[in-house]
Amino acid sequence: MSAVLFFIAAIFALTGAIGVVMLRNPFYSVLALVVHLIALAALFLLLEAQFVAAAQVVVYAGAVMVLYVFVVAYVGGADQPLGSGGGALKILGPVFALAVAVELCIAMLGSALAGISSRGAHLHTTFGTPRDIGRLFLTAYLLPFELASLLLMVAAVGAVVLARRRRGLEAEEDEYEHGIVAEHRPVYTGTQAETTGVRRTVALEAAAEAEAEPAGTGSGSEGGW
Amino acid sequence: MDIGWYLVVSALIFSIGAAGVLTRPNPLVILLCLELMLNAANLALVAFSRMWGTPAGQVFALIVMVVAACEVTVGLGLIVAIYRRQMAINVDELNELRG
Repeated sequence: MSAVLFFIAAIFALTGAIGVVMLRNPFYSVLALVVHLIALAALFLLLEAQFVAAAQVVVYAGAVMVLYVFVVAYVGGADQPLGSGGGALKILGPVFALAVAVELCIAMLGSALAGISSRGAHLHTTFGTPRDIGRLFLTAYLLPFELASLLLMVAAVGAVVLARRRRGLEAEEDEYEHGIVAEHRPVYTGTQAETTGVRRTVALEAAAEAEAEPAGTGSGSEGGW
Repeated sequence: MDIGWYLVVSALIFSIGAAGVLTRPNPLVILLCLELMLNAANLALVAFSRMWGTPAGQVFALIVMVVAACEVTVGLGLIVAIYRRQMAINVDELNELRG
């Protein structure tokens, strides 16, 4: 039974991985990676790693993939050619990829598989449960745990700094050109002040000033809002 | 199942991911292929953890997941910044640092 489940999950994982690499549209690549991750979570379950499997589904297939989908939708997942552009890269890239695969196969078949026990150790009943992992995180691996939290915070702040819209570094006319800021609204329109009728809009005020004499009621000096 | 089969699957996934990193020009897809390679390493770690019967390998796999999430966040932030600067989303054309 576990052998059948293993082969099903392994086939799905490998198919998803090949799909990530071979599909032209980045959006479909992301979806293929979701398939791959869920199949990998099934493999983790077969290896008695329940908590890791749950974290895989929740963190990866949930949160990280949503981030990917948003960025692909923002950047625009247009179809792109599969191969690299450069002349030498077009040949050398697949050659190096094949070299990595051949090297790993040689390492596997030569020595590594012979050196491991095939069935695995005898397990106690709480192996891989959240209780087990959590106890380890708070005792033996406390320092990596805390460092991971620090790393997450640094990454979050860094991503916000990287992806924010920079004022001052780029010319402000760029934003007008590309329609990010369509136009300036007139002063006081669309504000609470206009709604409550305390301040009239600029157009109404200009009309009123045209009727009456254009004396002292400057539009900027009557503060309060 | 033999633990060796899991390692074979892990090696295949790693090779596929490495091939994607080396051949695809789109940085989004390169990040996805990096995820593939990290997941292959995770699978090997969890398989060895099962082999020895100690959960330390699973702790290592969880830390790898955290690092991968950070890497994805920063990488996607970089891609959004590249897109904002109206530059090509293509690693072959982003060669301004070449001396």
